Amino acid sequence: MNLLIKNGRVIDPSQKIDDTLDVLVENGLVKEIGTALAAPTGAEIIDATGKFVVPGLIDMHVHLRDPGLEYKEDIISGTKAAVAGGFTSICCMPNTKPTIDNKAIVSYIINKAKAEGFCNVFPVGSITCGLSGERMSEMGELKEAGCVAVSDDGKPVNNSELMMRSLQYAAGIGIMVISHAEELQLVGEGTMNEGFTSTELGLKGIPRVAEDIATARETMLAEYTGTPIHIAHVSTKGAVRIIREARVRGVKVTCETAPHYFTLTDDAVRGYNTNAKMNPPLREADDVAAIKEGLQDGTIDAIATDHAPHHIDEKDVEFNVAMNGIIGLETSLPLSLKLVEDGVLTLNQLVAAMSCAPSTILNLDRGTLAAGSVADITLIDPDIEWVVEADKLASKSKNSPFLGWRMKGAAAVTVVSGKVVHRR
Amino acid sequence: MAEFRHKHIIALRDLSKEDIELLISTAESMREINSRDIKKVPTLRGKTIINLFYEASTRTRTSFEIAGKRLSADTVNITTSSSSATKGETLSDTALNLLAMKPDIIVMRHSVSGSHYFLANKINCSIINAGDGAHEHPSQGLLDMLTMKDRYGRLDGLKVAIVGDITHSRVARSNIQGLTKLGSSVFLAGPPTMLPPGVEKLGNVTVCATMNEALQDADVVMMLRIQQERQGKSLMPNAREYSRYFGLNPNNIKLAKPNAMVMHPGPINRGVEMSSSTVDGDQSWILKQVENGVAVRMAMLYHVCGGELGE
Repeated sequence: MNLLIKNGRVIDPSQKIDDTLDVLVENGLVKEIGTALAAPTGAEIIDATGKFVVPGLIDMHVHLRDPGLEYKEDIISGTKAAVAGGFTSICCMPNTKPTIDNKAIVSYIINKAKAEGFCNVFPVGSITCGLSGERMSEMGELKEAGCVAVSDDGKPVNNSELMMRSLQYAAGIGIMVISHAEELQLVGEGTMNEGFTSTELGLKGIPRVAEDIATARETMLAEYTGTPIHIAHVSTKGAVRIIREARVRGVKVTCETAPHYFTLTDDAVRGYNTNAKMNPPLREADDVAAIKEGLQDGTIDAIATDHAPHHIDEKDVEFNVAMNGIIGLETSLPLSLKLVEDGVLTLNQLVAAMSCAPSTILNLDRGTLAAGSVADITLIDPDIEWVVEADKLASKSKNSPFLGWRMKGAAAVTVVSGKVVHRR
Repeated sequence: MAEFRHKHIIALRDLSKEDIELLISTAESMREINSRDIKKVPTLRGKTIINLFYEASTRTRTSFEIAGKRLSADTVNITTSSSSATKGETLSDTALNLLAMKPDIIVMRHSVSGSHYFLANKINCSIINAGDGAHEHPSQGLLDMLTMKDRYGRLDGLKVAIVGDITHSRVARSNIQGLTKLGSSVFLAGPPTMLPPGVEKLGNVTVCATMNEALQDADVVMMLRIQQERQGKSLMPNAREYSRYFGLNPNNIKLAKPNAMVMHPGPINRGVEMSSSTVDGDQSWILKQVENGVAVRMAMLYHVCGGELGE
């Protein structure tokens, strides 16, 4: 099936394009971008008037829960949620059961995604076997099998020597290391950000410095070894500052944040709302401001969701007992578009953060509409208003702090390899 | 008489000044029952109260049980050792099963802050908080205020020093909420490791650099138990050093107003937060607090039942 996407505002930072143009897709590839393109016989014509046409969005931080925890999410439901949210590619984290630390699991995921999924799935393998934090996974084989990065996401590699050696070894193989930066002893038994809200609610706090210290360690290890590192889900003012300073020194550090860190503060926890419980926790107003500033000045490269589905039985419990994490695939785009509406980001910056940057960081060969590239395309309707309702979400899990929120903007059409996989 | 509109009593933060005054004045009238020869009225006859305690408690549980019995309610006690918690049943399931037996009130103590709000969304009987994590302990806050009122005849304008582990103290939080609403000012002292961030914004609260500063001219000195079971290991060197800087003794008590009242929610670590002489001395109101506990809990049970006073 061939496609002609007509009269949309085509925004492709990789080619510095931002204009009303047509995009012609043939045989799953972008054939041409231009004005008044003619539709080949039999091609479907999509009228994109009033819509943004951008390189397919990429979420570099997703928990698909498959294999092993399919009661929360699986590759089918997770990729369906992804395309509904405008994502054409997602990277899935290795804390599955069993862990993504061997070729068999990587192959299972890639094969199932190809056969039954709705978008591209790029697995992230673990840094250490079984996420034990004790010895390195077979990163070479993981990369050969199709992993695009390694991470022990959910926890840090606590042992600094092992982390340093992992950075060196991974650099030799040419695979990115993604760090979950937290100093575990400072996290302790904490369940939310340490601050006035935790004081009032009587909940044990996680101080922001727990993230700052770990972020500093990672940048120093990367600086010492001269290797690249990517910091996941940055949430604190301190971490943004540390990364900014490291980059000035030439350290090869990239990072991402998540929409909840620039949208919510720890006030959302009031009422002991377990759908506002995640790790790292929601922070305070000055952190939110720093995250926005980091996105604006480019210190923060990417927006990723840390989509973390949990079953209702794991969230509808006392606060301390509730699992960490929220779903994000279907709310990321409108929450990020709000940054454009509020003047924090330009549209081009937004597309870069949600598509080009993740592709560049992980060397994905996506994030562009250049002629000849894979036709992963997202059509964004910036004006459509809708309300987040649990029973309309494609994800199996409904653990979102944004339920009931009025959103503006959504993916109108999602195209993966030239095929329409979602239409709103 | 003012009306009490709350179905549950979970936190003094949720109550108005008028609510708190009403509970205290009802407690004052309940005391008369406790001094009778036959200490029982039929007010809550036919009502069932379940005391569901997920944490060990002697004083509070006994006090709630006696309060219920003096109002002629049927009371049942469940403690963790005999509950389903050890069998892995969720709090929600336990509560729903208890609810199926049609209680009128569940009095619960639980180690997780906010558990009572969680339950209140699930069940339709009244819930009274007998202590949740480090959040609130409203019956303790109310009995403390009743005791202060006994001594001074008012709560407005009192200077109350609270000394100890504020971070882990639900007693401190309930007192801060209640005392602020009734016009007292609270002065806190403790090692910086035990003073939670932003605590001065919780109410009319001043954080003092030293214990002496907090004690200076205080009307009330409230000492908190050092909760060994809840704190991490790195909050203080040891009990000996703690006692040296944050223990109440016959010398530093002189900084407070002459004949200032000394309080403690119990159980006391004698020789740690208080010297025995201050526990047992003339200024101690500690046993009066315990006595008032029964009356306050009778008032709480009575008001959440929305009942009329019988005879």
